[in-house]
Amino acid sequence: MGPLWLLALIAGLSFFGFVLGHWKSVVLSGKGRDALAARPGYYGAYVLIWTAIPALLILVVLSVARPFLVEHTVRVNLPEQVLANPTQLSLEISGVRQVATGLKLATHEELEDIRIGVVAARSVFARHGLPLGEDVKPYQLIAASALNVVSDGLNTAVDIAVVAALAFGLIFAFVRVKPRLRARNLVESTILAILIGASSVAILTTVGIVLSLLFQALQFFSVVSPINFYFGTVWDPRFAAAGSTESGQFGFLPLFWGTIYISFFAMLVAVPIGLFSAVYMAEYATSKVRSIAKPLIEILAGVPTIVYGFFALTTVGPLIRDFIALPLGLGTSGNNVLTAGLVMGIMIIPYVSSLSDDIITAVPRSLRDGSLALGATRSETMRQVILPAALPGVVGAVLLAVSRAIGETMIVVLAAGVAARASLNPFEEMTTITVKIVNQLTGDLEFTSPQTLVAFALGITLFVITLGLNVLALTIVRKYREQYE
Amino acid sequence: MTEAASRLPVSRLGGPEVRAISRIDIGLRRRYAAERRFRAYGLAAVTIALCFLLALFGSIVGKGYTAFQQTRIAMMVDFDASIIAPDGDRSPAAVLSGNAFRFDDLIAASLQKTLELDPDDEDGLYDGLDLLSKGSAPMLRSMIAKDPSLIGTKRSVDFYATGDVDSFVKGTIRADIPESQRLIKDKHIALIDKLEKDGALHLAFNTGLFTNGASTRPEMAGVGVALVGSLYMMLVVLVLSLPLGVAGSIYLEEFAPKNRWTDLIEVNINNLAAVPSIVYGLLGLAVFINFAHLPRSASLVGGLVLTLTTLPTIIIATRAALKAVPPSIREAGLGVGASKMQTVFHHVLPLAMPGVLTGTIIGLAHALGETAPLLMIGMKAFIVEYPTTPLDPATALPTQIYMWATEPERAFTERTSAAIIVLLAFLLAMNSLAIILRRAFERRW
Repeated sequence: MGPLWLLALIAGLSFFGFVLGHWKSVVLSGKGRDALAARPGYYGAYVLIWTAIPALLILVVLSVARPFLVEHTVRVNLPEQVLANPTQLSLEISGVRQVATGLKLATHEELEDIRIGVVAARSVFARHGLPLGEDVKPYQLIAASALNVVSDGLNTAVDIAVVAALAFGLIFAFVRVKPRLRARNLVESTILAILIGASSVAILTTVGIVLSLLFQALQFFSVVSPINFYFGTVWDPRFAAAGSTESGQFGFLPLFWGTIYISFFAMLVAVPIGLFSAVYMAEYATSKVRSIAKPLIEILAGVPTIVYGFFALTTVGPLIRDFIALPLGLGTSGNNVLTAGLVMGIMIIPYVSSLSDDIITAVPRSLRDGSLALGATRSETMRQVILPAALPGVVGAVLLAVSRAIGETMIVVLAAGVAARASLNPFEEMTTITVKIVNQLTGDLEFTSPQTLVAFALGITLFVITLGLNVLALTIVRKYREQYE
Repeated sequence: MTEAASRLPVSRLGGPEVRAISRIDIGLRRRYAAERRFRAYGLAAVTIALCFLLALFGSIVGKGYTAFQQTRIAMMVDFDASIIAPDGDRSPAAVLSGNAFRFDDLIAASLQKTLELDPDDEDGLYDGLDLLSKGSAPMLRSMIAKDPSLIGTKRSVDFYATGDVDSFVKGTIRADIPESQRLIKDKHIALIDKLEKDGALHLAFNTGLFTNGASTRPEMAGVGVALVGSLYMMLVVLVLSLPLGVAGSIYLEEFAPKNRWTDLIEVNINNLAAVPSIVYGLLGLAVFINFAHLPRSASLVGGLVLTLTTLPTIIIATRAALKAVPPSIREAGLGVGASKMQTVFHHVLPLAMPGVLTGTIIGLAHALGETAPLLMIGMKAFIVEYPTTPLDPATALPTQIYMWATEPERAFTERTSAAIIVLLAFLLAMNSLAIILRRAFERRW
């Protein structure tokens, strides 16, 4: 049975269990001996939980363990000289997997023919619509048939285990349904456990990000030393031919400079516009203007970044090239730092403005009123009383915006260019960390080559930088909020 | 603003009684000027932001609205049985196999008739064929395979013009630039004019844009397949992130004791909401594809990755909605003897549901536009066929936009903008739905 059938079986039997539990509790209480300790639905749910959860757990555990067991079988059955070459191992294993699929397609007579060597396995598989890249080697056949035996065995084992768990759970819980049973407490504590599990998905995600990135990044650092990576000034990861030892140069600094430079321009656009519009919204705008302009500005945050990227690529880039860069003789490319920075700045305006707006309105009214009562104008109140009081919060908002700019991908992929260079001319092509992650990971992937793995090293660096900025920003904002609460 | 200005004693500044304190006057005037400047800066900032918004939408709509119409060339086609089914076998399988060039012969014959060409005029024929999409012959073939009874009849068929002809007819390729730099030559223009005069060449609503899949030929390319991929992903996201998000937030908001662990989760969720989406893509690549061996480019994997990116948004929205339910509801529930769990599930959650749904829809809208993580897991693929299950190779609307955005042809630029308009229309619809839901069910206590 496939996993879908098993899931359907679990669902069906659980429902059946619910009905049984409900029915039994009603019948027992109907005899009038004891009042039920919980409402009948809870007895149904009690049986349901006992039926479904052990079976589901078994299914999940076995499904997770399965790939390891299968891969282990293949490894055991591969000859020494194949195992000796770890870089080819994953290729070999997927080759064996394909042969195993082919063996399943072939008929009994054909299998017999393949076994005694009358026909080539490759031609048989091709007849069944499975073309292979090269002829099947004898050791692959052995490993593949072992794989099939183990995976068939595992299938049966999973089926039996799940059905056994279902039957046991159903009967056990059904027998235990008695009026005295505190079904509600048991059901509620199970639900609580599920709730706790759901809330720790967030933790699991973070752990998953860190572990998966770190694991691949460490593999990269075993080929390229971290010092060469973080302090290298040349980015030139040649996609070397297979087997070649040359790996190119992976200098992080030009990417970092590009990222910082583009973010700088983005902030140059976003901070003044965002801050001033927040001030205007909080202090001067009538409620009517505010109710129209504020959602309109926030639309800017809801537009997908790919749309900004396209806007930069087809509208802003050519404009800047034709009207500024070319007449001044500073650059010839429509892909440049200024374009990416400007468009990214537009995207970030609402982040700065709405956060700052919240922070400005959170400054206690007494401060404002005091200042106005002393005869200060509104702008003086804003500049000399409210903004200084709100400064930590505003700094936090700006830091959050910087972190968003650094992690932004689609705008720079489309508008910043791919040339890794560190220069001060904003009309030149430059590239960022995120662009290089995308570049290194599109196309054929080999999880053993440094050209692919470098993306994970870049990823974890990006993660650490943005995480640092976020933690800093959130701490500042939180401190600031507490100050006035 | 006028109300505030009129209250200022500016009008009295010149009066005789104020002259005595003229030193203060000067200071005041300067301060009021500063006030006006400051206010003007604010107004300018808001205006600039709104201008950016206008420029963004204006440029996209201006480039893309033409793509919803497409140039077609209507021609009478004689589905000659001796050409299509020379051996008399009219089954779809026989139509699909066999000499593929026989459909080109059909097209050539009807083109000669439409353009009233001399049968020996080969150059004229080839110039005419240049106007038609290279996908015309496959189109005829699948048409006949779908309905074999067409064989032996005569019918008018709307053929697609090539992307360049389409751009020319819509005016994006201009006739006044020198012929050597123009993609459409003078001889083609003559033919186009003739076809237009005969009424054969016309603009029609571009249905292919919504039904076709990826194609190297702009006139045959559409977002249909990408839309299905996006739909599958949204389903996966909805099915996973709504229950997970709601369950997680209920625990954090209603049950969690205040301790280090819950603090950690809290900080974590806030941080996850700000992690760059590309990092989620790397996570998906490493865990779902490299480790769990799920297929690349599958919408299931895309949905899983997007679930992780949207989960923090949904949790934050749900917690806000739960927090907004007043404590008196909980106290009343507990007071009449309900357990804590019953109070939450029977009373608090239903009251918070509008907020939860609004948050979920906004989270989904965000996920729909997400591009970078999908590039990481290989959803940037050339997919022609509709995916039938979430495990089939698929592509998504934003990745389709990304692929088209990097194509150099003018016709693709137009289509990219059109695809963006489609995407924005979906986002607009989802956000409006969220706003309507909030308006309809929102309660203020």
